[in-house]
Amino acid sequence: MEASIGWSATESDTNARSSFLRVRNLVKRFGNFTALDDVSLDVLEGEFVCFLGPSGCGKTTLLRAIAGLDPQNEGTIELGGRDVSKLPPSARDFGIVFQSYALFPNLTVADNVGYGLVNQRKSRAEIAARTQELLTLVGLADQQKKYPVQLSGGQQQRVALARAIATSPSLLLLDEPLSALDARVRIRLRDEIKDLQRRLGVTTIMVTHDQEEALAMANRIVVMNHGVIEQINTPNQVYRKPATAFVADFVGSMTFFDATITETKALRVDGLELKCGAHPFAAGTAVRVGFRPEEVQVRNVTANAANRIVTHVTSLDFLGSFCRAKLKPQSVSNITILADFSANLMRDLNVAEGQEMIVALPPESLHIFARP
Amino acid sequence: MSVVLVPRSSALAAFRQRMDAVTIRIGVLLLVAWLFIIIALPLWALLSKGFENSSGAFVGLDNFVTYFSTPTLFNSVFNSFWVALLATAIVIPLAFGYAYALTRSCMPFKGLFYAIALLPLFAPSLLSAISLIYLFGNQGVLKTLLFGHTIYGPLGIVIAQVFYCFPHALIILMTALALADARLYEVADALGTKPSRVFRTVTLPGAKYGLVNAAFVVFTLVITDFGIAKVIGGQFNVLATDAYKQVVGQQNFSMGAVVGMILLVPAVVAFAIDRVVQRRQVALLSARAVPLQPKQQGLRDAAMTAYVACLAVLIIGVLGTAVWASFIVYWPYNLALTLKNYDFGTFDAAGWSPYFNSIKMAALTALIGTATIFTGAYLVEKTRANSIGRSIAHLLAMLPVAVPGLVLGLGYVFFFNAKWNPLNIFYGTMLVLVVNSIAHFYTVAHITALTALKQIDPEFESVSASLKVSIWRTFRRVTVPICMPAIFDIAIYMFVNALTTVSAVIFLYSPSTKLASVAIVHMDEAGFTAGAAAMATLILVTALAAKLLHLALNRLFFFRAQAWRTR
Ligand SMILES: Nc1ncnc2c1ncn2[C@@H]1O[C@H](COP(=O)(O)OP(=O)(O)O)[C@@H](O)[C@H]1O
Ligand SMILES: [Mg+2]
Repeated sequence: MEASIGWSATESDTNARSSFLRVRNLVKRFGNFTALDDVSLDVLEGEFVCFLGPSGCGKTTLLRAIAGLDPQNEGTIELGGRDVSKLPPSARDFGIVFQSYALFPNLTVADNVGYGLVNQRKSRAEIAARTQELLTLVGLADQQKKYPVQLSGGQQQRVALARAIATSPSLLLLDEPLSALDARVRIRLRDEIKDLQRRLGVTTIMVTHDQEEALAMANRIVVMNHGVIEQINTPNQVYRKPATAFVADFVGSMTFFDATITETKALRVDGLELKCGAHPFAAGTAVRVGFRPEEVQVRNVTANAANRIVTHVTSLDFLGSFCRAKLKPQSVSNITILADFSANLMRDLNVAEGQEMIVALPPESLHIFARP
Repeated sequence: MSVVLVPRSSALAAFRQRMDAVTIRIGVLLLVAWLFIIIALPLWALLSKGFENSSGAFVGLDNFVTYFSTPTLFNSVFNSFWVALLATAIVIPLAFGYAYALTRSCMPFKGLFYAIALLPLFAPSLLSAISLIYLFGNQGVLKTLLFGHTIYGPLGIVIAQVFYCFPHALIILMTALALADARLYEVADALGTKPSRVFRTVTLPGAKYGLVNAAFVVFTLVITDFGIAKVIGGQFNVLATDAYKQVVGQQNFSMGAVVGMILLVPAVVAFAIDRVVQRRQVALLSARAVPLQPKQQGLRDAAMTAYVACLAVLIIGVLGTAVWASFIVYWPYNLALTLKNYDFGTFDAAGWSPYFNSIKMAALTALIGTATIFTGAYLVEKTRANSIGRSIAHLLAMLPVAVPGLVLGLGYVFFFNAKWNPLNIFYGTMLVLVVNSIAHFYTVAHITALTALKQIDPEFESVSASLKVSIWRTFRRVTVPICMPAIFDIAIYMFVNALTTVSAVIFLYSPSTKLASVAIVHMDEAGFTAGAAAMATLILVTALAAKLLHLALNRLFFFRAQAWRTR
């Protein structure tokens, strides 16, 4: 059944709550190149959604179409029940943060944050109070008088964030806001943004190419590839039940094999006969089967466990908190199974190269996809 | 890279490397000596002359006291100042609008309009003054538009300067406006900012340094330009014409030097500001900035096109008037066409020879200048020996941009005409004119060469050393071919500027080396305005032809041969 879990499954979800952003049949072309191909999507009020996909897949293009910065060629965008498809950015009510911070270099931190408030003709005192409040919120209350170049990257991005939410927009758009920062700052700011979003309850869309970031931050993830949406679902579901081989490969890691369906709940990979969960394919269909290295079962493999395989360890790569092992089944020599072993397991079982190892591939952990 | 550097016997190779070390050291020394002679010493001659009396004795500040206590002299400082200020105040907004249209709108024919705006660069400054005389002068066809005011004086100077300085300001402002972070505009847009506030808070601050720089460049150009004030200034005295009168008319070198030093002040200030600006500008635009692409906006684009077209028509009109008038029998009474104004012998005994002298001078400047400047830049950038010498050479090379042509010309008079100087045998020869032009335009050419050289992998020299090949062979076989486009750029820049310059050479020519730009001044002085217009037209056409040839050659050779550049 997994193969058919696409965004249709989530549509019933979104119907329950009111959808705040409604994108329908969006097409965006650059010359002959189609950057967005019939994209439809709903974002709920107060939700944190991540657009995830490899570089060049159209995430930024979709975000910019929603913002009105690069209008779409076809399709409609509704924001809070209002059709904004043809409106300029200034009429759409959103705040935006770019990877490059894009702070006005000639204005102080306070003036940057207050920039949008001035446009709203707020009084001087109001602007000062709101600016102070926002800078306190992002932890930069003492940096008001500084200029952007005097701040670190992380601080600049906090200012950009404060500027984006200063006017209390109903939608917050973030285009790879963390990509320009170094790893430590990135993780701290990731938590801060998530926390801020929860407190303000502002509907937020963030573009990222970093699956870990998306899994950690989003309520729902929109996985994109080549200008189309591959899957929309919660991080948990995207990880556990990837709709396509692409999603499975891009989110987390997965080993793939060509296989043939032998009966309703069984398939064959080379010489290996494996049991699997329910699937929509007929017997004899050529499919791709994949499983995640961490789902290979090593402990408590009973003699009659399903998909029990006798293997030996051909190599071990130490990767810090875990080891990635290459296992070769004894019966079929030309396939290699990747398995991740925790440091604990390594110690308990005393795993070493060349050693024999009996593993099981739980039938439910086999992911079956149509072969292209 | 298809160049193969094959090592020969190792003894020969070792010898060759020792030879390299020696030739590089000698090269750097020669470069420093050459720059001292063509730049440092003439300037020193000017500065010291200001503190000497006519017989060469040191008199302290006496000359300055005399200058500032003589109202007829001192008045020129005031005159020059306000004329330059006014011209700057007019040119900068005009050029800013033009540059804004060319960089930030989607108007059509940008290339054409840019080319038109650059036209004044290919003529001597005084061409616009000659045109104004035809339009508004005593026999001017549009004279009534002035309501009794005269074009001969500050009015004419300011208008002519506006045309002459326009392209200089435009180039600087286009560069300033071309660099912009699209994200800033998007943020401002998303925050619902009015266009006027976006302009005030994003566009203007981004172009601020360009504006300041352009203003100083224009101010300096106006205050130091000799040709326009001479042709259309009438009885209105300015610093540049004063210097000419003191030195050429009254042979009062000391007072000429004082005027020269005053002229040096704005130029040096402009230079200093430019240095500061360049350092700041780098910090303003982050590496992650996304370049701004103008978007179509019907009404704005139409307004921009109209504005640009108006100015372009004015520029062509003003340049065209002089060109047209040069073919007219008797302006404005007999508008029949004729070539008799090109029979220069009837106005000036020198006939056509100034034109050929100019061509010869410009060609020699381009040839010798490009070769020495590029080799000099190579020594400065790519060799490692004698770092003090190379630093001095670089410093001297950066100096001329801060020295107006008139001031450099004065320095050359004082230096090459001095009795104690063994080099005075060259005074009045073509050689001095060529050397003076090389020095005058040294800095821009030097920077162009350095920029090109910096783009080349710094390890070429190490590789050639490891392959035991002479560094000069690498220079000839690798560096020069790669830098050919830049070398062509330098050559055409030297040629066009040497051809059109007036202020530097007005002091240095002799009867046998009289140049076209000088002949224009003389013919105009003698009342043969048509002859002056004809000679100016010849220079314009020649400079344009050279530029077109340059473009064609670029297309022909570098389009394909340099295909590896584009990857
Ligand atoms: N202004 C543009 N002109 C032409 N092609 C573009 C433009 N913007 C984006 N593209 C192309 O569209 C595709 C999607 O780009 P983008 O949305 O920026 O990708 P990403 O998912 O990395 O954010 C890319 O192949 C990119 O080259
Ligand atoms: Mg992107």
